[in-house]
Amino acid sequence: VCIHRVRSCSSIRFIKSKHVCVFDKSALKFSHQQRLFRTSAVSCGQIVQFKLSDIGEGITEVTVKEWYIKEGDSVSQFDSICEVQSDKASVTITSRYDGVIRKLHYSIDDIAFVGKPLVDIEIDASKGVAPEEDVVETPPMSHEEHTHQEIKGHKTLATPAVRRLAMENNIKLSEVVGTGKDNRILKEDILNYLAKQTGAILPPSPKAEIVPPLQKTETVPAAPKDKAWKIPVPVSRPIAFSGKDKTEPVTGFQKAMVKTMSAALKIPHFGYCDEIDLTQLVQLREELKPLAELRGVKLSFMPFFIKAASLGLLQYPILNASLDENCQNVTYKASHNIGVAMDTEQGLIVPNVKNVQVCSVFDIAVELNRLQSLGSAGQLGTSDLTGGTFTLSNIGTIGGTYAKPVILPPEVAIGALGKIQVLPRFNGKGEVFKAQIMNVSWSADHRVIDGATMARFSNLWKSYLENPASMLLDLK
Amino acid sequence: MVLQSLKNCLWLSCIRRTPKACFWSTASGGLIIQSVSNDVYQNLAVEDWIHDHMDLEKQQVLFLWRNSPAVVIGRHQNPWQECNLRLLRQKNIKLARRRSGGGTVYHDLGNINLTFFTTRKKYERMENLKLVVKALKALRPQLDVHVTDRYDILLDRQYKISGTAAKLGRTSAYHHCTLLCNADKFVLSSVLKSPYKGLKSNATPSVPASVKNLFEEDPSLNSEMLLDAIAKEYATQHQIDHHITVINPADETLLPGISNKTKELQTWEWVYGKTPKFSVSTCLNMAHKDSVLDVKVNMDIKHGRIEVCNIDLPEQWLPPGLYSELVKSLTGSKFCPNETAALVTTLLRVCPQDDELHSRWSLLCENMIMLM
Repeated sequence: VCIHRVRSCSSIRFIKSKHVCVFDKSALKFSHQQRLFRTSAVSCGQIVQFKLSDIGEGITEVTVKEWYIKEGDSVSQFDSICEVQSDKASVTITSRYDGVIRKLHYSIDDIAFVGKPLVDIEIDASKGVAPEEDVVETPPMSHEEHTHQEIKGHKTLATPAVRRLAMENNIKLSEVVGTGKDNRILKEDILNYLAKQTGAILPPSPKAEIVPPLQKTETVPAAPKDKAWKIPVPVSRPIAFSGKDKTEPVTGFQKAMVKTMSAALKIPHFGYCDEIDLTQLVQLREELKPLAELRGVKLSFMPFFIKAASLGLLQYPILNASLDENCQNVTYKASHNIGVAMDTEQGLIVPNVKNVQVCSVFDIAVELNRLQSLGSAGQLGTSDLTGGTFTLSNIGTIGGTYAKPVILPPEVAIGALGKIQVLPRFNGKGEVFKAQIMNVSWSADHRVIDGATMARFSNLWKSYLENPASMLLDLK
Repeated sequence: MVLQSLKNCLWLSCIRRTPKACFWSTASGGLIIQSVSNDVYQNLAVEDWIHDHMDLEKQQVLFLWRNSPAVVIGRHQNPWQECNLRLLRQKNIKLARRRSGGGTVYHDLGNINLTFFTTRKKYERMENLKLVVKALKALRPQLDVHVTDRYDILLDRQYKISGTAAKLGRTSAYHHCTLLCNADKFVLSSVLKSPYKGLKSNATPSVPASVKNLFEEDPSLNSEMLLDAIAKEYATQHQIDHHITVINPADETLLPGISNKTKELQTWEWVYGKTPKFSVSTCLNMAHKDSVLDVKVNMDIKHGRIEVCNIDLPEQWLPPGLYSELVKSLTGSKFCPNETAALVTTLLRVCPQDDELHSRWSLLCENMIMLM
């Protein structure tokens, strides 16, 4: 039986190989020998040399530009194998077979020749070999249903074997749901469709297994074929989550952040939070917004927060300081370079407004506009991103009330601003009124800053914002 | 010429699949469509969509499109080698990588793009270009335009007015070409000049050419006239009505999956990450205090990321720990000025707070960023 099987296998493959080796008939003998060896050793996994097919326009050679697969990968028919280029044309080469890639005949930038082997694919014998023609358009058929190949402008992908099976069973391909790649209709899909129709499990017709040119051969014994057959049984599968974990290396900016944040958490943080009534500031900004627009500048609340912080830092300069590595010296920074945390595609970056102590609220607004447009265009320079002495993070624009911000070394303090909410509050007369309330959460380096200092700074900052007119007294 | 909106078009009746009104029975050999969008990514996505989803066996397609300022590089090209990326960023000119081969081109509204979609078997670039030349001559018989064997169209035997590229898939193919009507030649030549030195790569190089606008030859011409003339010639040759169907590349119901295609074309991984492996070998001339330092830099870049980085600094110019930290962080990082600026400024936070050190670090990093 074994010998008989080998002989019959090889006879099938003899006929098939004629179709496979279109350009180079001399390879026939070679592959024939190879196959005999393989069939006696293991279960009929033959290696086929997939040759580079004709590109058109008389082109004989191309450059291999990219491989989409590597040796050992499984491929299905129609999967992309590589990208080659010839004279301004980029060509995607797709697989003719289902199987496993065994050898790549070229490296990137090599010249590949039309008609010569591109890759070696080990074909899974139980699946059967697809014909050499890349067929999507079937030959004209008598049934009208089979001429409609478009579903909403999409091609119905199915091999000729599948189409024949559908036609023999009077099935409209348009009614079958394809579960293969690119919604391709597979043999299993036709069989499932049939099973649903009749409610029965149908043994597949033996004809459908063989590629059309071979239907005429009588040498195929029924017994070994049936053994190789697996009858598809439609079962109800439990809904399984097939997502896979994805691991990526930490690189670039993320890597730098890991280092910085690890250093930051070595700083003993203490937090201090408070609530600010911005009702008056909201009104003031409404009045000033059109003036700023006339000057071509967008005015948000940040310039006020930043200026108020600078005024506070004048009174409490320890918050604008830096502690050296050994905690031996504290450096009081003369400039108030106030950092504004920005959320970009890469993540959190913190450009700073330089020398706020000598800037007007309008100056700060101008500079913020500049930094924001550079930030969204991904063009912030190193000078904008270095030299910060104190940071404000307006997380409230995204959401949230209280936060626990992490100090950015070498600074010693940071403030996180929550969103402005309209909440009921009591005024001096005991009446309830609508107040615009924002929460602030400060974090400070407890090695050099104590709670009292933080609290007083916060109160001063708060008073400037709750009563904006008082800023006028102290503006420099 | 009649611009028809989509609802009246045969296209839609095909999607509804009423057998009688179906495409097949009317056997129209071609379809002419024009994009309402000037966004290069959206328009490239339409090409992808047609290539992947339309059955071109019975019907070929001509797609007409124009883009607001953009530089488009070929599938296997290196953007650092091909254009002035710094200038592009400054001027807000988009950078796109198309899926077809060939060289780099500059698009603006004074340039028109034509894409000829056919089955793989019917792929024939010469025929398409001859069609364009025929259309131009029909419009202005005195124009001296002809097709070269490099698939360029030359004006007055000297000036390139059109470049070509193509994409072949398993069953379908497309050939697209540009046509310079009234593009800004000054911007074109400045953005297509790369300032980056010391690049070594096997990426497809562009072949520079002298260009001229058709408008310069004949000021009575404009883009609309050219588009119309070409559509008319295509209609004649394919024996179809001279109708141009307008499509909106943002229409997900008409073109399901198009927004994903558009997004993919804009990702960093596609535009920069698909650059074939290349190396940068150059020398930084850094003026520091009273001296000028020559610092040799060697980098290998794969998938747009720095695979290997060597900076030949004088010993102790930077503390060794800091230097190795810099190199370690740059390795695996994107070859991108934005990413690098964020990276180096963040690293600076954990350096000793020394003005001299900071100024050296900034100087080195600024110079490194200029390479990107």
